[in-house]
Amino acid sequence: MAQKNKSAESLKELGNKIIKDIEKNKNPNIEVPIRALSNVIFNEKTRTLELGNKKSIRHFFNVAHAKKFLQTIEIASISKNLLIEGKHASLRDVFYMAKRTIPGTNVNLVDDQSESDDIVEDLELISGNSREQLNVNANKNGSVVGRVTIEDSGDIIHWDKLGSGGWSIPSNVEEIKFKKVDAKYIIYMEKAAVWERLNEDKFWNKQNCILVSSQGQTTRGIRRLLQRLYEEFKLPIYVLCDYDVYGAYIYSVLKYGSINLAHASEHMAIPSVRYLGITAQDIEKYDLKKHLIKLNEKDIARIKQVSEYSWFKDNKAWQQQFKMMKQMNAKAEIQALSARGITFISQTYLPEKIKNKDFID
Amino acid sequence: MVENIKAYELAKQQREISISEFFLKNRHLLGFDNPTRALMMVVKEAVDNALDACTEIKVLPQIKIELQEINENRFNVIVEDNGPGIIKQQIPNIFGKLLYGSKFHTLKQNRGQQGIGISAAVLYSQLTTGKATKIYSRISPKKAAHYFELQIDTKKNEPNILIDKEVKWDKENGTKIEIEIEGRYLKGKQSVDEYVKETAIVNPHATFIYITPEKEKFVYKNVTEELPHDAKEIKPHPYGIELGQLMKMLQDTRANTLQGFLQGDFSRIGQQTAHEICSKAKIKADEKPKKLDHKQSEALFKSLQETKIMAPPSDCLSQITAELLEKGLRKEINADFYATVSRSPQVYRGMPFIVEVGIAYGGELEKESQIRLMRLANRVPLLYQQGACAITESVSETSWKSYGLQQSGSNLPTGPAVVLVHIASVWVPFTNEAKEAIAHYDEIIKEIKLALQECGRKLSIYIHKHIKAAEQREKIGLFEKYIPELANSLSNLTNYKKEILQERLQKLLKKELPNLEAENGAEK
Repeated sequence: MAQKNKSAESLKELGNKIIKDIEKNKNPNIEVPIRALSNVIFNEKTRTLELGNKKSIRHFFNVAHAKKFLQTIEIASISKNLLIEGKHASLRDVFYMAKRTIPGTNVNLVDDQSESDDIVEDLELISGNSREQLNVNANKNGSVVGRVTIEDSGDIIHWDKLGSGGWSIPSNVEEIKFKKVDAKYIIYMEKAAVWERLNEDKFWNKQNCILVSSQGQTTRGIRRLLQRLYEEFKLPIYVLCDYDVYGAYIYSVLKYGSINLAHASEHMAIPSVRYLGITAQDIEKYDLKKHLIKLNEKDIARIKQVSEYSWFKDNKAWQQQFKMMKQMNAKAEIQALSARGITFISQTYLPEKIKNKDFID
Repeated sequence: MVENIKAYELAKQQREISISEFFLKNRHLLGFDNPTRALMMVVKEAVDNALDACTEIKVLPQIKIELQEINENRFNVIVEDNGPGIIKQQIPNIFGKLLYGSKFHTLKQNRGQQGIGISAAVLYSQLTTGKATKIYSRISPKKAAHYFELQIDTKKNEPNILIDKEVKWDKENGTKIEIEIEGRYLKGKQSVDEYVKETAIVNPHATFIYITPEKEKFVYKNVTEELPHDAKEIKPHPYGIELGQLMKMLQDTRANTLQGFLQGDFSRIGQQTAHEICSKAKIKADEKPKKLDHKQSEALFKSLQETKIMAPPSDCLSQITAELLEKGLRKEINADFYATVSRSPQVYRGMPFIVEVGIAYGGELEKESQIRLMRLANRVPLLYQQGACAITESVSETSWKSYGLQQSGSNLPTGPAVVLVHIASVWVPFTNEAKEAIAHYDEIIKEIKLALQECGRKLSIYIHKHIKAAEQREKIGLFEKYIPELANSLSNLTNYKKEILQERLQKLLKKELPNLEAENGAEK
């Protein structure tokens, strides 16, 4: 209860500050820390991303800011009401609660869910509460399987007895208790299809590990779950991604934190994760040359961008990977391994890589 | 034994087919696959020839195009030019023989390339109507005009002359062709009307008089007296040839030494480079070209590709120029803003090429629909196969949102704009013989995109200055409506009285109004 009141109060404070401006006959403004590369610092000591001190000021009476200003106050009031009523809403719910056409205009308060999602992240920083503390959840995303037993909302769940689908990871994993964890390591993969392949082969049982996947983006729920498993059980975490710049970025988000959520790195980054594959060397070693996909202009531009991020810049191993991508002018999906046989990944590739400690840091 | 006898029988059925017979059966390959398109193709082939002829003798082209409707499915196409005329002996070959022409064996920027064009039209006429094609030509006021009626002997690929006589013609010099064909006349994007209009835009030095089947007369007057500068013929560049072609060149050359061959038959090879190529291929520089065996030819080919050789000369290209392209757009498209770009020459597979782009924006152009894309190669409009063309790909993959046009995904953008892309090259790589779509070479796509971006930046400056200013005024008007919303949300958040907030915000708006009008909207 206390946390809920604290969160609601901090939102109300934001409103009161604006009212003070209005009473002083001053153009009301909100200070918002900038969440962009320009305000992200790589802390060499903690090896995580941190948010810098740069702030932008959002004014109401400003043609360019007015709509965002309105959105911020509207979503703050939506969140406050959720807290008072003790209800949780998804990001999609929040979008619909805010979405309407402003009377007398053809302007929508929010056009797109990405707009309201963005404001929720701003509010985390403005009010000093995490999204979960604002009673806003994301869609659940991702699956996990392994010899693990947990307790969730009073239910006992065995991750190894959930068939082909595994346990779906909720957006908030804070309240989960781990009852039994029997595993030597964790593999996180960006492709759900690869996870399904490995689950079908019962890879987790044979190798005694935990398998986690997402569908594209690595959500906060997944990152938090991985961090808790690492911190509470000291399990090494290996990342399996496509050999492309997006895979590299997914890895770096897990390891160091993301640009967009740099303020939350402390609760999500896991500096000890290791990159398992696919690597340029794998392509050579496992003869995947015939199964490459040509880079397009966007890929090339993104390689340049990512390779210059300060957390990649001095990393020789990764610079070499980027260089090879450009040299080969190609990328490779994890599924390219299937060209060597459908069970090649579970019977040869992964066991070999892990046994030989063939990782990139 | 039985098999052998069968083989003899088969052999009796096997015989050479002539090029005319081949195209008789495969007319779609040349673009004559439906009556609407066929009508456009016949006009196109005749006009291409007329324009090229005028360019040869450096006169401002005056071309008359007339479509006479005989019935709904049959038309008489008449195209007349003020070019040099054709000497009597050549007329039957040019019009009555496929693959006859001066263009195929040279690398020179021309409208047509293969010498199939006009004779294919003659063949199509003969095939669909059984009529002979009528040709008038006069080479000088001092000489009489010649009149021919001819068809094509498809077995021999030879002209079949029906009438050959001298006639009176009031024109001093020039050529006139009358072709009766099966066709259909429609309006729209792929019509003869559109073809003539686009041709007029990219040939601002030419005058066109166009009479439609409905007897409507359009005059497209020239807006410049400046003739396109003459495109020079070039020799092949080593990077653009294939092994087979090299072996043929070795056999055909007049040079007595390999060095002479390299220097004389290719562009951009001088004495030093020739020596370098020979020594890399381990062949003596004074070896006779005809004596090279297959292995040596291959070594020579490899060495040619590996030696650093200057890009081919670009004076062989004749661009429209940014200035004239703008004039052309202005006279045919009613818009508020025009931007044009003429890039410097680039090279693909040893072939030089130039990309030019023009954009017309606003005015009477349709606001809500996709932009009108005009594709042209060597000043010839490409009206079909838009989806298969490298130009379309380049336009779709350019991000137009940043230049002020709407665009969803990788589609053509939406907005009141015409985007014209012109490629000039000594050898335009088409996807097929109908010559309607440009092949997807990376070098070409990259260059088109750069030209589009350059033009897009100019467009974006205009849009931001003119359109955004109007939007800005509109946005200031929105504050009136935003105030009740803010008052409402704030009151929900803090329980402060809504009405008081609204009143105070209204007052604040009056105070802030001058600032709103002055600000440029950048977030501080």
